[in-house]
Amino acid sequence: MAKKPTQKPQDESRRRFLKYSGTAIGGVVVGGVIGGIIGSSNQKRGEDAEPGETKTPAAESNRDYNQALMFFNQDQFMITEAASERIFPADENGPGAKELGAAFFIDHQMASAYGMNARDYMMPPFYKAEASQGYQLSFKRRELLALGLDALNEYSSDKYKKTFTKLAPEEQDAVLSDFEKDKVNLKGVPASTFFSLLQSLTIEGVYADPLYGGNKNMAGWKMRNYPGNQMSFYDDIEKEEFIKMEPLSLHDHLELG
Amino acid sequence: MATKLPKASVVIVGMGWVGGILAAELTKAGHTVVGLERGKSRATQDYYHVHDELRYASRYELMQDLSKETITFRNTEKMKALPMRSYGSFLLGDGLGGAGVHWNGQYYRFLPYDFEIYSKTVERYGKNKIPKDMTIRDWGITYDQLEPYFVKYEQMAGISGDKTLPPNIGAMSVPFSTGPMKKTPGMKIFEESATKLGYHPYIIPSANLSDNYTNPDGIERASCQYCGYCERFGCEYGAKADPVVTVFPVALKTGKLDLRTHANVTEIMHDGKKASGVRYVNTPTGEEFIQPADVVILAGYVFSNVRLLLTSKLGKPYDPKTDTGAIGRNYAYQVNGASTSAFYEDREFNLAMGAGALGSNIDDFNGDNFDHSDLKFLHGANIRFTQTGLRPIQYQPVPLGTPTWGKDFKQASIHNANRVLAVSGQGASMPNRYHYLDLDPEYKDAFGMPLIRMTFDFEEQDVELVKFIAQKTKEIADGMGATKTEMHDTIRQYNIVPYQSTHNTGGTIMGDDPKTSVVNNYLQMWDAENVFVCGASNFAHNSGYNPTATVGALAYRTAEGIEKYLQKGGSLV
Ligand SMILES: Cc1cc2nc3c(=O)[nH]c(=O)nc-3n(C[C@H](O)[C@H](O)[C@H](O)COP(=O)(O)OP(=O)(O)OC[C@H]3O[C@@H](n4cnc5c(N)ncnc54)[C@H](O)[C@@H]3O)c2cc1C
Ligand code: SF4
Repeated sequence: MAKKPTQKPQDESRRRFLKYSGTAIGGVVVGGVIGGIIGSSNQKRGEDAEPGETKTPAAESNRDYNQALMFFNQDQFMITEAASERIFPADENGPGAKELGAAFFIDHQMASAYGMNARDYMMPPFYKAEASQGYQLSFKRRELLALGLDALNEYSSDKYKKTFTKLAPEEQDAVLSDFEKDKVNLKGVPASTFFSLLQSLTIEGVYADPLYGGNKNMAGWKMRNYPGNQMSFYDDIEKEEFIKMEPLSLHDHLELG
Repeated sequence: MATKLPKASVVIVGMGWVGGILAAELTKAGHTVVGLERGKSRATQDYYHVHDELRYASRYELMQDLSKETITFRNTEKMKALPMRSYGSFLLGDGLGGAGVHWNGQYYRFLPYDFEIYSKTVERYGKNKIPKDMTIRDWGITYDQLEPYFVKYEQMAGISGDKTLPPNIGAMSVPFSTGPMKKTPGMKIFEESATKLGYHPYIIPSANLSDNYTNPDGIERASCQYCGYCERFGCEYGAKADPVVTVFPVALKTGKLDLRTHANVTEIMHDGKKASGVRYVNTPTGEEFIQPADVVILAGYVFSNVRLLLTSKLGKPYDPKTDTGAIGRNYAYQVNGASTSAFYEDREFNLAMGAGALGSNIDDFNGDNFDHSDLKFLHGANIRFTQTGLRPIQYQPVPLGTPTWGKDFKQASIHNANRVLAVSGQGASMPNRYHYLDLDPEYKDAFGMPLIRMTFDFEEQDVELVKFIAQKTKEIADGMGATKTEMHDTIRQYNIVPYQSTHNTGGTIMGDDPKTSVVNNYLQMWDAENVFVCGASNFAHNSGYNPTATVGALAYRTAEGIEKYLQKGGSLV
C-alpha cells in the first residue's frame, strides 16, 4: 500500500514532542528511552490505512467477534445489559451502557483475573467486618455477580410476576433500588455489595479504553469530551479556551507486526 | 537448607527510591552492593501502552500483589484486625523503582517546624497545648542539618519550581534545577484568589520536569508532556523522576551493584547486637539464600521495614499499654477531607490534561505558620489546586444531593466533567499513643510470615483540623469566580476503603532517645550498629505535605552515615 500522509492529531503531537525533547536523545546514560517510541510510532502511523479503507472484507468488518460471552449465560448477560442501562441510560447526551457494550465488558472482566480476585488477599479466616475494613467475604466477584443477577430475576418474578428484563424501566429502577438499599436477601450477602459492584463495573464499561469491549467507538469518552490516549498536551495545557479533540484509543497506538 | 552466598559490603532490602539512592551513592563511593527487590525489573519501554485507566488506575497494575502480602487493619484495640483484601486507602509499591514509578512527583521539603515540633509547640503555647495521648517529638535533626541533603535529591531528580519561594517555608541554599511547571487557567484563578486574601501562593515544586535536564551524574531526561496519566502510571517519557531512570542507571554503570529481582527478604540474620546479613527467597523457585554483608539496609517502605524488624526479633517492639519499646511506634498518615469544589456554569477547563505534580498551593495554614492559641489542633495543611489529569472512570463530579446512578447521575456527571475546580487541604497527621504497627496474631503472607497489623483512627485533632482547613479552602474557592461552591468539612472514622494517600509514616522513628526511637539521625539502629533503616518509617509524625522529599534527603544522609560507618564502625552519634 502506498504511504499516505495522515493528518491525525497523534502525529502532530509526536512531532511536537520530538521538537521539545529532541536534545534528550543521546548521551552516555539516557534515563528515559525516547528514540524508540517516536521512531516506531511514526512508522506505524505513516503506513496506516486511511479511514474507510480496510484490509479485511467489508462484510466481516462490521462484525465484532469479540462480542460473545466468556462467563455469563445468556440470561445473565441480558439482565446485565438491562440493569447497566438503568444505571447509565441512553439520553440526549448520547448512548447508554447497553449501546456502549458495557455488558460485554462486564462479562469479559468476570472471566479475567479481576473476576477471580486473583490479586486480592483471599486467605482465610473470614470474619464479619466493620464497614471501615472493607470487603471480607470469601465469595469472588464473579460468584457475587452471578448470584446477584439471578436474584434480580427471582425478586422481579416474586414482585411483578415477570423476569427483570421484561419489567418497565421504572420497575427495573425500583428493583435495583431495593438491592441498593439492602431490602433483598442474597444468601446472607448484603445486596448492596452486589449492587455497588454492578454499578462500578458499569461505569468502567462506559469509560474504559474500548480495547476491553465497552465504550464502543469511544462514544463514552465523546459524551464528556474526554480525549482518551493522547501523546502530549505540551502546547495546550496553558490555553484558556476549552479544546475539543477527537479521542484516540490504545488501538491507535499499537504497532501491528 | 538455605544457600550461603559470598559476603558483600552492603545489602539493601527493597529497590525503590531509598534503595536506589543508597545503591547509587555507595557504589559510586566504591562499595559493593547487593540490591534485593521482591518484584520484577522495570524499564521505560513498559509504559508505551500505559494510557490505560482501567489497567493501571482501577486494577493497580504496578502495585504490590495483595494475594501474596497485605496488611491487617483495625481502628482501635477493641476491634478485631482484618486483612486489607483489596486496595483502597493506600497503594503499595512493588518491583524495581517501587512506588517511585507511579508516584505524582509533588515535591515538598518538610518545614523547619516539623523537625522540632515538640520544642516549638512548648515554646510558643506551653506543654498543656499537647493533648494527653499525642506523642509528638523532635526528630533529633534540624531542618538546617538536613538542608544539604535536600539539595542532593533535588539535583539528582531535577525538581522544577519557582526561583523565589514564600518566606513561610524552609529556605533553600540552591534554587530548583529547572523553572516551574506551566500555569493552567485553574492555577491562575487559584493564585489570584489566594493573593487577594493576602496569602502566598506558589507553583507546586515538581519532579515532573518542566524542561529537559541533565543531572550531576550525567543523566539526561526530557520535559513533561502533561499527558494526564501520571499518578498510578509509569512515565513513557522518563520525564517523571523515577529511580529507574535516575539512580539505577548510575549504580549499574559502576559495575558494583548486584541487582537481584524476585528476591523477597524474609529475615535479618543477627546476634542481638549486629546483623550478619539477610535471608531471602528467590520467588520463582522458592529457594532460600543467605546474603552476608557488613551493613544491612532496610529500604522496603514503612510496613516492610517494621515487619522485618519484628519478625526477625531485632529491637524492642512498642507496647502501647506501658508506652515502652520503639518498633511500631508513632504510625501516622495524612489527613485529607477538607476541600471545596467550585462549579462553573459559564466555562469549561481542559481538566483531562495535567501532570502528577501540576498545581499551585499555599502554606499560610501549614505547620505553625498561623496562631493556634485558640484552635483545638496543632499543625495544619498545605492548601492546593492540582491539575493531575482527570480520567473518566474514577472521576465523577456531581453536586451534593445528586443520585449515584441513573438518568440524573449521568446528566450531572457529564455536564460537570470539565467544570469543577477543587481546592483541597493535605493535612498533617499527629501521632498518638494508640496508633501503631505490630504483628498480626492470625493472618499470614504467602510465605507463612505474619502480616503487619495497623491500629489507626482519626482523632479530635483531625476532626478540628479538617473543619478549620475546609473554611480556608472555601474562602479561596469563593473568590475564584465560580457559579457556586460546595464545602466538605467533615472527617469521621478512618476507613480503609476509599483511596486517601500513600503517605504512611512512622514505625521506625528517628530521635535522640534510644528508648523511644529506633534509629539515630544517621538512620542507624540504636540496637544494631550495622543496620540502617530508612524511609518514611523514620518520620516521628507526618507533615501537611507529601513525604518523598524528606525521605530522599534522609536517604542521602544515610549514605553519608554508612560511608562513615564502613570506615570507622561504631555509633555515628
Ligand atoms: C499513587 C501514589 C502517588 C504518590 N505521590 C507522591 C507525591 O506526589 N509526592 C511524594 O512525595 N510522594 C508520593 N508518593 C509516595 C512515594 O511514592 C513514596 O514516598 C516513595 O516511593 C517511598 O520510597 P521507598 O523507597 O521508601 O519505598 P518504595 O518506593 O515503596 O520501595 C520499596 C521497595 O521495597 C520492596 N520491598 C519491600 N519489602 C521487601 C522485601 N521484604 N524484600 C525485597 N524487597 C522488598 C518493594 O517491592 C518496593 O519496590 C506517592 C505514592 C503513590 C502510591
Ligand atoms: S504527566 Fe508528565 S511526568 Fe507524568 S507521566 Fe505524563 S509526561 Fe510523564
